[in-house]
Amino acid sequence: MSLAEPMDPNRVGDLPIEGGEAPGRGLGGPAPVRIVVGYGFWIFILSDMVMFSAFFAAYAVLAGATAGGPTAKQIFDLNNVAIETGCLLASSFACGMASLAAGARNPLWFHVSMAATFVLGAIFLGLELKEFAGLAAQGAGPQRSAFLSAFFTLVGCHGAHITAGLAWLLTMSAQVVAKGFRADIMRRILCFTLFWHALDIIWVAIFTIVYLIGAGR
Amino acid sequence: MSEAHHDAAPGPEDLAPGEERLDGSGVAHGVRGYLIGLVLAAGLTAASFYFAGSGLIYGPAIPAALVALAVAQMGVHLVFFLHLTTGSDNTNNILALAFGILIVTLVIVGSLWIMANLNHNMVPMSRVMQMQR
Amino acid sequence: MKLLGNLDWSAIPLDQPIPMIASGVVALGILAVLGWIVLSGRLPYLWREWITSVDHKRIGVMYCLLALVMLLRGFSDAIMMRSQQALALHSMGYLPPEHYDQVFSAHGTIMIFFVAMPFLIGLMNLVLPLQLGVRDVAFPTLNSVSFWLTATGALLVNISLVIGEFARTGWLPYPPLSELRYSPGVGVDYYLWSLQISGVGTLLTGINFVTTILKLRAPGMGYLRMPMFCWTSLASSLLIVAAFPILTATLAMLILDRYLGFHFFTNEAGGNMMMFVNLIWAWGHPEVYILILPAFGIFSEVVSTFSGKPLFGYRSMVMATMAICLLSFMVWLHHFFTMGAGADVNAFFGIMSTIIAVPTGVKVFNWLFTIYGGRVRFTSPMLWAIGFMVTFVIGGMTGVLLAIPPADFVLHNSLFLVAHFHNVIIGGVLFGAFAGYTYWFPKAFGFKLHEGLGQAAFWCWLIGFYLAFTPLYVLGLMGMTRRLQHYDVPAWQPWTWVAMAGACLILVGICCQIAQLWVSIARRESLRDVTGDPWNGRSLEWSTASPPPAFNFAILPDVHGEDAYWGMKQRALNEDAAAEPAYEAIEVPRNSPTGFVCAFFATGMGFALIWHIWWLAIAGILGAWATFVVFAWRDRTESEIPAEEVARIDRANRAARLGASTREAVT
Repeated sequence: MSLAEPMDPNRVGDLPIEGGEAPGRGLGGPAPVRIVVGYGFWIFILSDMVMFSAFFAAYAVLAGATAGGPTAKQIFDLNNVAIETGCLLASSFACGMASLAAGARNPLWFHVSMAATFVLGAIFLGLELKEFAGLAAQGAGPQRSAFLSAFFTLVGCHGAHITAGLAWLLTMSAQVVAKGFRADIMRRILCFTLFWHALDIIWVAIFTIVYLIGAGR
Repeated sequence: MSEAHHDAAPGPEDLAPGEERLDGSGVAHGVRGYLIGLVLAAGLTAASFYFAGSGLIYGPAIPAALVALAVAQMGVHLVFFLHLTTGSDNTNNILALAFGILIVTLVIVGSLWIMANLNHNMVPMSRVMQMQR
Repeated sequence: MKLLGNLDWSAIPLDQPIPMIASGVVALGILAVLGWIVLSGRLPYLWREWITSVDHKRIGVMYCLLALVMLLRGFSDAIMMRSQQALALHSMGYLPPEHYDQVFSAHGTIMIFFVAMPFLIGLMNLVLPLQLGVRDVAFPTLNSVSFWLTATGALLVNISLVIGEFARTGWLPYPPLSELRYSPGVGVDYYLWSLQISGVGTLLTGINFVTTILKLRAPGMGYLRMPMFCWTSLASSLLIVAAFPILTATLAMLILDRYLGFHFFTNEAGGNMMMFVNLIWAWGHPEVYILILPAFGIFSEVVSTFSGKPLFGYRSMVMATMAICLLSFMVWLHHFFTMGAGADVNAFFGIMSTIIAVPTGVKVFNWLFTIYGGRVRFTSPMLWAIGFMVTFVIGGMTGVLLAIPPADFVLHNSLFLVAHFHNVIIGGVLFGAFAGYTYWFPKAFGFKLHEGLGQAAFWCWLIGFYLAFTPLYVLGLMGMTRRLQHYDVPAWQPWTWVAMAGACLILVGICCQIAQLWVSIARRESLRDVTGDPWNGRSLEWSTASPPPAFNFAILPDVHGEDAYWGMKQRALNEDAAAEPAYEAIEVPRNSPTGFVCAFFATGMGFALIWHIWWLAIAGILGAWATFVVFAWRDRTESEIPAEEVARIDRANRAARLGASTREAVT
């Protein structure tokens, strides 16, 4: 057809428009809102990971800069860290149950799972705050040395994200009570589960690199 | 965006990240997936804590072993909790993750390499402050 | 706890005439404009149609307006610096050092963060959904939030002129100078909070655009059928998502040092200032590619339209763009070769920096081959493009020169470096922004800009740029360092006078642009664009009316090939006008004050944190959070445009186009 040339000057070829066998290439038009929201939040999570990597890099560089003050080996209580890790992992599992409950539109199971997620996350946060307060009291606060500044900032940033997540959880549970499993609330639940699981992934990096490897120095 | 308004069940199109296809197989299958993930992650965590303190692994290799266990556990999270698979409906999500991992690696490895070299060549701070007087 | 923290009357610099006069003039101007708006009854219209708008076209226009206004502030700083250096041989000039330091710091900060970024983000906002054939970006309300947070950052920087002071540390505040001990005033705090707040806005924009380009395209528009501007916007947005978190983290560490006594970058207790330099440039280098990539895309569009040919080597352009995107994350050490990382590290990053010139060269050749054999129209966008090609190539070559570590050891932090980056930023980013501004102005407003004044502005800018910055290359090679408030080498002064003349010529160019805007608005009927396609364009934005209706496209276009609109036009010319499509009702996102209100609280929070007014800071954070919850609680997110209204609007557009093309066929 003589009209083919102005439309395909670089001979990219005629791609099928129905989009059947090429999911994700977007040939079928704009994606459904659920996918758009989920993907956008996924990109946000990746940007958050990059921010954590900057804090990790700072920690790794400053890990030895104890300025004559307490070292990692001296201040880390690995039993506490183990309990925190267990709580957060269980909290992630509970969050998974909550997302299944939302998928099945079961309010009771959803709220019970979210409550479990909240309680376990709150225990994690409480243990972490106790650890920070204890360190500050014994003169190992973030103003003591560069190593401690980096430690408090990295772990504290994770804790701040957990706090924000808990506040988000409460708001969202309130929304489900008020409005049920409406489509936009389901999308937010999807985003929350992404967020919560991503925080657990970051915690895996923290307890490995900061606590376990640090305590071995 | 009226075309984009339908939240139809996943068809021959992408999955949002974190979604899984549960058509037909039901809730039990979903719970099983999360349980397997929980058990694997707990096992890897316990292994990390155990190997960190014990003398079973050659000392200088412990950080490497711990990192390997951590990477494995991150994989467990990604597959069982975030439902990221290698299927074609997840390609965009995996590509985005790969991009993120690349940037994280460049930032951390790059910074460590650069800072190690800078620190190596740097006069100790105490000497620098002495020179100011 | 004091009610106003550290704020008291001494914060206003009553003894410094320049900031007082400048702020006085600006305040009068703002009052005049606000007064005119309120007294002529335009405030409800402004609130309803612009301030609370979530329409990407409106937000894009507001971004560009912010950029143009801040360009005037940034350029005033430039004139002050040039005149100071022209006068300051064996003399202190007229700007005391504390003031001069603020001027060059504000100049850089404003130009990068509040001129270049908003200008390009504004153009991307305006054009991307139209080129992709969809109705809006992925997250329209978030888009509004992004804009207003950027405006908050700009507002805080401008407040520092009259309440307090600005940073004296340069546009990147290296510690330990930027630590509390050596910068005890509020200047660095203004800088830090302004950039943290607007940085959140920019990051959200990056996420928005990545999702839009990857997930929202018209049916049939595969990746290799997107216009080149969409590819470069994708690469730039990926870089925003990847790099801005590093900026957030690094500035946060400096904030913690200053506010809570942490020791990331301090002299004592183990701090490492070199780490700031490392991390800030790990952001800073991708940042300059964030700026230049959309400009490359604009040039691809402009060059192909005004040569009447499709872009040459589309696939190699895509490869080159993504290669630049990736490589830009592997070169950042070239900004601190002299900090002492040693030969291995310097060599690696030096080689990577020279490699990144290769895909850029591919792009330049593709543009040249696009022009070759085409029917070239030398409109002002095309002039900006040609000016760019010469100027940017020269700037790029000096960049490759600086990428060689031994050469950089001589030229680091000299005026040669200053000339290089102005060469690529003005010649690349700014010329691209001006080309895009002139090219897409009729699409946004329905009438073209006055062509004669546009050409005059171009020539003033081009010649003025070379007059202003070629002497700086010479001065750099003669040994003049950057940021000098005064000097005592007589051989340098004549060159500073030539640079001053160049700056004055650029000022004439800016006046031409202001005049162009004024005259175009006054004569808009004679410059009217009735068809929506004033340039005989090739991509989908030219298939809509000028300005496009709120819903952009009555029916989403079906894309059959690259240069999608060109194919449609050829088909339409060769067949009878297609039958009217079946119109349906369209849902558009509702306007929302969320962005404006959030930014209001963010401004309060930022100002409060700068002056240590803790109760106000907490109120600001809580207010922003509450705004967000209120937004999340709303039930109706969209409003419907009935099918008859859609039909009426679209019929008018089709009639205007048919009428115009019939008239063309007859004549």
